[in-house]
Order: sequence, then C-alpha cells, then structure tokens
Amino acid sequence: MATAEVASHEGHHHPTGIMRWLTTTNHKDIGTLYLCFSLTMFLIGGFMALVVRAELFQPGLQIVDPHFFNQMTTMHALIMVFGAIMPGFVGFANWMIPMMVGAPDMALPRLNNWSFWILPFAFTMLLSSLFVPGGGPAAGWTLYAPLTIQGGMSVDMTIFAIHMMGISSILGAINIIVTIFNMRAPGMSLMKMPLFVWTWLITAFLLIAVMPVLAGAVTMLLTDRHFGTAFFDPAGGGDPVMFQHIFWFFGHPEVYIMILPAFGIISEIIPTFSRKPLFGYTTMVLATACIAFLSFVVWAHHMFTVGMPLAGELFFMYSTMLIAVPTGVKVFNWVSTMWRGALTFETPMLFAVAVVFLFTIGGFSGLMLAITPADFQYHDTYFVVAHFHYVLFSGAAMAMMGGAYYWLPKWTGHMYDEKLGKIHFWLTTIFFNVTFFPQHFLGLAGMPRRIPDYALQFTEFNVISSLGAFGLGLSQLLFVYIIVKCVRSGVRATDEVWERPRGLEWTVPSPAPYHTFETPPKVI
Amino acid sequence: MLTHLRKVVLLGGATLFAMTGRAGAAWDLNLPPPVSPIGQEILELHNLILLICLIIFFVVFGFMFYSIWAHRKSRGSTAAQFSHSNSLELVWTIIPFFILIGMAIPSTATLINMEDTSKADLTVKVTGYQWKWHYEYQKHGVGFYSTLSTPRAQIEGKAPKGEHYLLEVDNPLVLPTDRKVRFLFTANDVIHSWWVPKFGTKKDAIPGYINESWTLIEKPGTYRGQCTELCGKDHGFMPVVVEAKTPEEFDAWLTGQKSAAAKPDTAAAEWTNDRLMAEGGQVYSKCAGCHGVDGGGTPGGFPAIAGSSIVTGPVDRHIDVVMNGRSGTSMQAFKDQLTDVEVASVITYQRNAFGNDIGDAVLPSQISALR
Amino acid sequence: MSGSRDGYYLPNPSAWPIIGSIGLFTTLLGLMLFLNEGKTGPWLMGFGAATIIFMMFGWFGRVIRESEGGMYNDHVGLSFRMSMMWFIFSEVMFFAAFFSALFYTRSLAVPWLADTDLLWPGYEGGWPTAGPKGPLPIEADTVVADPSRQFSTIGAWGIPVVNTGLLLLSSVTVTIAHHALKMNERRKLIVWLGITLVLGAMFLFLQGKEYAHAYQELGLTLGTGVYGATFFMLTGFHGLHVTVGAIILLVVWLRCLRGHFKPENHFAFEAGAWYWHFVDTVWVGLFIFVYVF
Ligand code: HEA
Ligand code: HEA
Ligand code: HEC
Ligand code: CUA
Ligand SMILES: [Cu+2]
Repeated sequence: MATAEVASHEGHHHPTGIMRWLTTTNHKDIGTLYLCFSLTMFLIGGFMALVVRAELFQPGLQIVDPHFFNQMTTMHALIMVFGAIMPGFVGFANWMIPMMVGAPDMALPRLNNWSFWILPFAFTMLLSSLFVPGGGPAAGWTLYAPLTIQGGMSVDMTIFAIHMMGISSILGAINIIVTIFNMRAPGMSLMKMPLFVWTWLITAFLLIAVMPVLAGAVTMLLTDRHFGTAFFDPAGGGDPVMFQHIFWFFGHPEVYIMILPAFGIISEIIPTFSRKPLFGYTTMVLATACIAFLSFVVWAHHMFTVGMPLAGELFFMYSTMLIAVPTGVKVFNWVSTMWRGALTFETPMLFAVAVVFLFTIGGFSGLMLAITPADFQYHDTYFVVAHFHYVLFSGAAMAMMGGAYYWLPKWTGHMYDEKLGKIHFWLTTIFFNVTFFPQHFLGLAGMPRRIPDYALQFTEFNVISSLGAFGLGLSQLLFVYIIVKCVRSGVRATDEVWERPRGLEWTVPSPAPYHTFETPPKVI
Repeated sequence: MLTHLRKVVLLGGATLFAMTGRAGAAWDLNLPPPVSPIGQEILELHNLILLICLIIFFVVFGFMFYSIWAHRKSRGSTAAQFSHSNSLELVWTIIPFFILIGMAIPSTATLINMEDTSKADLTVKVTGYQWKWHYEYQKHGVGFYSTLSTPRAQIEGKAPKGEHYLLEVDNPLVLPTDRKVRFLFTANDVIHSWWVPKFGTKKDAIPGYINESWTLIEKPGTYRGQCTELCGKDHGFMPVVVEAKTPEEFDAWLTGQKSAAAKPDTAAAEWTNDRLMAEGGQVYSKCAGCHGVDGGGTPGGFPAIAGSSIVTGPVDRHIDVVMNGRSGTSMQAFKDQLTDVEVASVITYQRNAFGNDIGDAVLPSQISALR
Repeated sequence: MSGSRDGYYLPNPSAWPIIGSIGLFTTLLGLMLFLNEGKTGPWLMGFGAATIIFMMFGWFGRVIRESEGGMYNDHVGLSFRMSMMWFIFSEVMFFAAFFSALFYTRSLAVPWLADTDLLWPGYEGGWPTAGPKGPLPIEADTVVADPSRQFSTIGAWGIPVVNTGLLLLSSVTVTIAHHALKMNERRKLIVWLGITLVLGAMFLFLQGKEYAHAYQELGLTLGTGVYGATFFMLTGFHGLHVTVGAIILLVVWLRCLRGHFKPENHFAFEAGAWYWHFVDTVWVGLFIFVYVF
C-alpha cells in the first residue's frame, strides 16, 4: 500500500532523564506521557469507584459518611472523564496521527508539550481539593448550581482545574486539526485517511466548540459564588436551570468526544483481523460527521424533568432519537466488515468485538432514555448509571484497551503476552457485565443514583454489582502488569505485527523510531 | 488467575443464595406495577421500546455471531474483498428511521397527556428543603413537613433495619384516589426532585420556579419514592411517602387537619428554663442532621454548635441566624418551619447544651415580638 | 535540531511550556486562595502572573528569533495561521456561552419568573431587570438616588455608539496598515498601526469611564441582578479581549519599528489583525444585543 523511507538520524544531544520528559517536543514521547497519565488516572478514578461500590455493598452506612460518598462519586466521574478517557485518546492521537498521515511530527510540537503538561497541574489542583477544609467537590460531576454555590473552596479548585483542562484540550485539539489539515504526506487525500484520523478530526472540532462553553459555565458559577452575579439566582432574575442548559450544551458533545475516537480505533482493528477492508468507508465518515452535528442539538435530553415547555421536550426527544440512525450505520458497517472475512481473535479483536456488542447495549438503553415519557421513570436512577457505563466503560475504555494491545507492539517493539491479554479480556468483559448489568434492574426498580445508602429491596443486585466491581478493578491490575511486561521484554515484533494490516504505521520498524517520516512516504 | 476467578464467582453465588430467601420484590426486573394511568402508559411504552430494541439487537448480533462462527480463519474462511454497497447503506439508514418514527408516535401521545395538568380536583404545593419535603394543600390552609423517620441507629447498623428502611416518614402526604391531583413543585434551597415510581410522576423542584405535574391514583395504599436530584449530604435520606385514601376518607382527614391547624398556640403559657430545655432538646433533632447530635457539626461546612461564637455570643445574632437562615448556605430560615415556642426553646437549648452553658434563656414572647 | 522534510521546522525540546504550566497553576492557586481569604493568595497570584509573563517573553522571543532567522517556511506559516483561526473560533464559542445566557434569561427565565405569582407576587419582569428581589430599573442614563432600590442602564447612543465607531474605524486602520506592510511601505505601516493602537486605547479609556459612571451614579454593578451580571460579564470579557488584542498589536508595532516582518511573511501581524477584527465583531454583537435592544 505505501512505502516509507525512514531517516533515523538522531539529533544533537537531547536532554535525558526527567528533563527529557518535561521538555520533549516529540509526538511519541508526548503520546507516551498522555497514555501513562491516563492509566494512572484510570486507577485513581477506579479506586474511587471502588470506594463507592464498597459503601453500596450493603444497606446502611458502613465505610464512609454521606458527604464523603458524594465526593467520591463526583471525583470518580471528573477523573475518569477528564483524566482517563480524554487524555487517553489524545495519547493515541499523538502517537498515531502523525504516523498515519505520514507526518514527521505534530504541527506545533512545543504547544503539544504544553497541552500535556497543563494536565498534571490541573489534576493536582483537583485532587488536592479533597484535603481542604470542607472536603472535595460533592455536587456530582455535573456541578449543578445552586448546590455548587453552597460548596466550599473545593468548588473553586474544581472550577480552576476545569479551566486548565479546557486550555489543555483546546490547544491539543487545535494541534490535531492543524496536523491533519497541514501535515499529510503528499497523496494522502482526506478520503484516504484512516478512519481513526477522521474520527479524531471531528472530535477535535467538537472539543474546540464546546470546551470554551464549559469554561463559560463554570466562570459564571465562580462569579455567582464570589462576585455577586445572579446568573443562577432567581431572586436576581437568574435561573438555576440555565446552568444545566449551558453545561449540557457542552456535556452532550462531550460524550461523543469520548466515543468517536473509540469508534475510530474499532474501525482500525476490525478490518485488520477480518483481513478485509473496512466496509462503507465513506458512509462511516459521513455518519461520524452526522453524529457530531446532531450532538449539538440534543443536549436537553439530560433535562427532561426540569419542566421544559412541551415543544422543547418533543424537539429534544426527536433529535436525540435521530442519533440512533448514524450510530446504527456504524454498527452495521462493522458487522459487514466482519462478514465473510477471515476472522481471527487476538486480544485487540476480542476487545473490538466486545465493544461493538456492549456499546450497542448502552446505545439501546440510551435510546430508551431518549423516549421522554419513559425517561421520567429512568432519570437519575441506576438505569442511567448502567447506560453510561455501557457506553463509557465498554465503549470508550475497552476500545482504548483494545487499541493499546493493537499498537503496543508498534510502540514498544515487543509482542505483549497474548495469553495474559486474553485472560485480561475475559475477566474484564465478564466482571464488567456482572457489575453493570444488574444496575439496569436497580434503576427500573427505583434506586436513585448518587445515594450512599438504599432501601432493602435493592440489596441483592447491589451486592452482585459490588462484587463485580472489585473483580473488575483487580483485573485491571493485570492490564498494568501486561503493559509493563511488554515494555520491558517480550518477543520481538515484526514491522507489520499483524497479518498484512493497512496503514502507514505498519510500514515503519517496530518500535517506531524516534523520528518517523522525515522524508514523506509515498502514498498510493 | 482462573482459580481466583472461580473463588469470586463462588463467593458471590453463595452470598446471593443466602439472600434469596428474603424480600420478594428484590428480584424485580422491570418497572414496578403502576397505580396511575400515566404510570400504566409509561410501562406499556417502556415494554414496547424494549421489545423493539431487543429484536433489532438479536437480528444484528445474530449476523455478527454467525459471522464469528462461520467466517473464522481457523475454519478455513478466506476473506472476500467487497468493501461497500450503496443500496445496503440506504436500506439500513431508512429502515431504522421508520422504526424510530414508529416509536415516536406513542411517545408523543403519552408526553402530551403527561403535561396536561388542567382540570385538577386538588392542588398540592410541594416544596423541597435540605432534606425534607413540605406539602401544602392549596386553598385548604393545611400544610406540614415530611421528614425521614428511620432511626439513626438503623442507618448506622446498630439496630436491625425495618421493612421500610429509608422509605418511611413522620408525616406522609395524604392524597385521595380517583381524583386528579395537580402538583406544584418548588424548592427552598437547591434543586430536588420528587418521585413516586408507581405514579410515573417525577419532577424537579427548582428554587424560585414552579413546575407542574399531575397524577390520578387508582388504588388506596401507601406508595414510596425518593428525592432523585443530588441535593447535598442527605440526598439519600429524603424519601417521599404518599398515603392514598378513598375520597371519603380523604375528605374526613382533611377536615381533621384543618381543625388541628386552628388550635391555639401555647406560647402564652408559663415557660421555665427546664421546660424550654426539655422542649428544645426535642426540637434540636431537626438540627442534628447537620449540626450533629452532640453539637459537633458535620464535615462539609456544617459548623459546630458547641463553642460556636454565634451561639455563645449576643443572643440577637443567634436568633437572627435561626429565624432567617443564611442565604447561599443550607442553613435555612426556620421562622416559617417552627413555632415561637420551638424557636425559643431550641435557641435556649443550644445556648445551654453541649457545654455552652451561657445560662440565659429565650422566651417565646421574645420571638413573637420579632415576627 | 531542525530535522525536517521540505524544511518544516521542528523545534528542539523546550522548557517554556512547563514554566507556563507552573505559572498558570500558581496564578489560579493564588486566585483561589484569595477568593477564600487566604493571605498568601495575592502573593502567589503575583508570582504566577510574573512567571507567565516571563514565559511569554521567553517563548515568543524564541519564536520571533526563529522567525526572523528564516527558519519558518510557508508550510510552518500555514500551521500557525490555521491554529490562530481555530483559536479564535474557540474564543467565539466562549462568548457564545455568555450571549446565550443573555438570550436565555431575557426571553425565557425572566418571563417565567414574572408568571410565577405564587412565589414572586407583583414581579413584572421586562428588560432590563434585576429580578424580583433586586432594585427597579428606571430610564437609561438617569442618575439614581438610592442604588439599593433603583438602578439605571447605559443608553446606546452615548459612549457606546462612539465606541462602536472607534472600533470599526480601528478595523479599517489596521487593514490599511496591513496593505502597507504588503506593499512594503514601512512608514505608512507604522503610522496606521499606531493610529489603530490609539483608537484601541481610546476605546478602553471610554469603557473605563462608562464603568465608573455605572458604578458611581447609575447604581448599575455586577451585583445588579441578571442585568448587571450579563452586562458586566459580556462587556468586561470583551474589554479584556480588547486589552489583549491591543497588547498583541503593541508588540507587533514595536517589532515593526525594529524592522521586523516582510511583505510575504508576517504571521504575527496577521494574527494580531484577525484577533482585532474578532473583538470588533464581538463588539458589534454587544452593541446590538446589550445596548440597543
Ligand atoms: C460515550 C458516552 C455516551 C454515548 C455514546 C451515549 C449515547 C447515547 N445516549 Fe447517553 N449518556 C452518557 C454517555 C453517553 N451516551 C452519560 C455519561 C450520561 C449521563 C450523564 C449524567 O447525568 O451524569 C448519559 C445520559 C443520557 C441521557 C439522559 C438520561 C437521564 O439522565 O435521564 C439520555 C437521554 O436521552 C441519553 C441518550 C443517549 C442516546 C440516544 C445515545 C445514542 O448515541 C446511542 C445510539 C446507539 C444506538 C441506538 C445503538 C446502535 C444502533 C443500532 C444498532 C441501529 C438500530 C437502532 C434503532 C433503530 C433503535 N444518554
Ligand atoms: C468515564 C468513564 C467511567 C469509567 C471508566 C467508570 C468506571 C467505573 N464506575 Fe463510574 N461513573 C462515571 C464514569 C465512569 N465510571 C460517571 C461520569 C459517573 C457519574 C457521576 C455522577 O453521578 O456525578 C459515574 C458514577 C458511578 C457510579 C454511581 C455513583 C453514584 O451515583 O453514587 C458507580 C456505582 O457503582 C460507578 C462505578 C464504576 C465502577 C465500578 C467502575 C469500574 O469500571 C472501575 C474499575 C476499577 C478500577 C480500574 C480500579 C483499579 C484499581 C485498583 C484495584 C486499586 C489500585 C489503586 C491505585 C493504584 C490508586 N460509577
Ligand atoms: C440543612 C442543614 C442544616 C440544618 C437542618 C440546620 N442548620 Fe444551622 N447551619 C447550617 C449551616 C450550613 C450553617 C453555616 C452557615 C454559614 O456558613 O454561615 C449553619 C449555621 C448555624 C448557626 C450559626 C453557627 C456558627 O457558628 O456560624 C446556628 C446558631 C444554627 N445554624 C442553628 C441551627 C438550628 C437551631 C437548627 C435547627 C432548628 C439548625 N441550625 C438546622 C446548616 C443547617
Ligand atoms: Cu433532595 Cu435529593
Ligand atoms: Cu447526552
């Protein structure tokens, strides 16, 4: 498909040790930083989820007090969303996009470094808020006013942490867009780009469009808290629900920010192990764009119970339902890619297939939530919690795991341990379902979310869910072990790694040299 | 690894088995049986959508698993090289679209019905507080607070949990069956959300704004629900309990409430320090949720009463905080929630309990003078 | 090392970003402590801000040297241009949040409140308003006696319309300067860019006067209900952006004096000019939706 001539001339003396990582302008280094950061945050956020699940193991208050419980729920979500999932995908983007489009590096390498190095500071701010007087933020990751107006200084720390994350995301997204538009190798037309690059292009656009809106929302929160403005105070003519509108105008595109790159990864993995080109490339691109477009006009489906006028409820119901169409197109195309292929099931493929299957479960529960009258029953119950863990964990997080197995040999030059990988896959998939499937039933039976204690009829499913969560958590330690092992040792990977995969990244040696494509590859 | 897995599964299984003996409702897999027309419509809608989703799911993944089984390389499958089909794309865009229209029609009908609060027989104003509900029967002059009645000992595991653990209150909302009841929702401090699953009624209670909803209860009985919008520390501890009575019983109950409300206040009676302290100790249970049973406060911005500069300082400021609250915090204005006697006694109590020992007393007459 | 193909410049490792992060973190930490009555707050903020300024001098200085040293080709220039466009787009979305807040409160929230007789008896709504508990609005530009009971708004046809003229004019002058740069007429460039700066400064001065008038005589403050909140946040953030734009143009102007930029290569100038047009456009939106209607 493509050939590359690789110039591997090392530059002059580069800083070594910690300074190498602090000052690096290399997209692979920065990608690695992002991925390590994401994994760390995943463990910390997961640990907080385990605190939540441990408290919910039995009715009654056992381990934590209600206020701390709310902090754990809030922090868990903020860390997972802004610390684990988003930076994780940016890590993939950094590593893969320049290699996939045949660029020597990202377009703006110094800015790229800054995008990353804002994050550790942002999360230092966020995490240290747990230790200030009054404890961490406890109003849920949605930070609804006026509950956040009541909160202590941790709310301010959260707001500033979000400002920093926003700057990081916007700069990162600008870099990605410019790289894709301006750094492609000659011959790499837009419609030849791998789907992962396409999904990221659209994701980056979403990021630039909505992160500033979130920044605006939390800024209003800050001024309401400290400078006497009345955006969310009815006595001054404001409206608490306005915060929700602005938040969800960010929040809904945000969930697609977390799933579109996952779709991209899946669209790379499935063709490789089906030994067949991706079915319907053009419609896949169109469907992605369509999802992104629709994501701007559905936000109030998170707010069906706030008392919107009927016309608003109907509009948001219809527009939300419509998203099922382009998403369905994607699912059908993946299945058709597998159809009459020559399938093998190495770990990445196992993850990809599971993602398609489990994400669709989450998609269907999403569709049920979109049915406004029914959402009055589901809203703010564990049915919603089940929905979004199906799309976020078995959609976004498991796609990342699959992607990590898929490209680890290219990154490290070693094959990961296939047997352990498969065990990790099965443990994750099984425990994931044990954890979250029963939550559908809990929600339907009437268990609200964000409660530290519950009525007795919810006991059984909570026990199952908590046991599953601990299994799920422990299984992730295996993931860490496999990665470490693969970085340090393992069978040497070939350049192609898999059987005739498509894409420029497979034309360079494994591990990919520090500088790739200093002379552009020829794209046929 | 695998033995470890087996252990966890076995352990989980054993726990489950041990529990199945109890609580029949625990294994419910679907929405609870509704007792209102809207609840019924929602249940039917839910079942319909679920069924459609399941059918699509089995068709799509039927194909996928067939492919996984039949097109494996190890079975000798070789890859075909087709890569697109416009007609297929068109088909699987258009069919889902029509399925969605099919779903949207009944949903729209139900939604329009849900939002129609006209022609109600009775209107109840529901106000959310941190963390209790206030119910007011509009035009009847009857109103009261409804607070969790599960003892703390049960929550902390020091006593066995009762049947309606966390779903019981001191004063349930009493409603008539077979009459259209309109609710007006609002809140005092932060957003709450009022939900009774069996009615299919859930609506946010938003400070400064009024939301409407309605229900028509078909069967007498006690129906339980919870606050469903995170509203701070005790969000999990503000249940909703509705007692549905037949119209006749309800009318009798309402009349009884009206005459009780007209009872004269005892404020004129003789108040000694001891009586104030005893009464104040009772009233303090309303404060203990935030300020702690021992007056030590709770983490998360709820100050201690013991040694507080307000409580041990000039009495005017103390009275002001309790009567008018502190805006922007969960310290609410208690002047509308407590009688003069209750305000006076709880202040006296706070000033003399928990080692505060100021020694002064606040009389109910002082409070009524401030109203 | 500038290892590259077709001469695309790839910078060496750099410490500026991490210094920037430290600056950003310290500033925000200081601000947070300041808001919560921590005594170290202002000091930390000052230190953080100084670090950021240091970073900007260092980082931009480096970029300027690289640029003047001819290390950037057109390809790099295009990357810069694209980034600036997308950055401005993100700024547009930031303002969009505040504009939506204005539209939402005006056309939905306030009418709803006015309809809620049960909670706010006697509240009539309308615009401007400071809400059911806030002071009442009176005719624009009237001096109020008791700001706790009344407030007045700033009419569109005084300072605001003058300011609109100033900014529109400055957009023209900066374009003239741009043409001059392209024609390599340095004197013309310096004069017209200088005029742009003066116009920007005049705008900011008048805006400051207007604010003082609002606070001291009209009873209109940030705390005057939603009207005050939306008014000051929108115009305030705009003013901040004008300040930033003016600083960019000032630096560009100083560089022009030093003979920087070539007719075919002057990214910084273009970026500054785009930014200037952007704040100008936002102002037109403000003028229409905040002042006129
Ligand atoms: C990755 C993240 C992600 C993704 C992809 C989605 C996808 C979807 N979500 Fe979800 N959602 C969340 C993350 C996500 N969501 C989160 C985090 C919350 C909670 C936030 C909070 O409150 O904290 C939430 C909450 C949420 C709500 C609010 C619930 C409530 O609070 O009451 C709703 C309501 O409409 C909703 C709907 C949907 C829909 C319709 C989709 C659709 O995109 C799904 C489309 C997919 C399919 C439908 C399946 C595949 C399609 C086919 C096989 C085609 C054929 C199908 C048909 C014709 C039916 N979501
Ligand atoms: C973005 C992705 C994401 C991911 C991956 C997860 C992962 C998990 N979530 Fe998450 N969750 C959210 C996003 C996510 N969640 C969001 C947005 C909310 C809403 C919050 C809100 O209401 O505001 C939420 C809320 C939420 C709730 C509801 C809380 C409530 O309403 O009170 C629950 C309860 O079960 C839960 C559980 C879990 C579990 C068990 C996992 C598991 O997958 C985690 C797996 C466990 C690990 C990965 C731990 C591994 C580590 C160790 C075993 C120890 C080692 C520790 C260290 C080294 C520190 N989550
Ligand atoms: C929902 C929680 C809650 C309840 C219930 C509550 N308070 Fe408070 N109270 C608070 C909070 C929060 C503050 C702190 C307000 C502030 O930050 O200024 C406070 C402050 C006070 C103070 C001032 C203490 C100080 O040192 O600043 C007094 C006195 C007080 N409350 C009395 C009472 C009394 C009496 C009751 C019961 C009738 C009561 N409170 C019930 C939350 C509550
Ligand atoms: Cu009230 Cu939750
Ligand atoms: Cu959404």
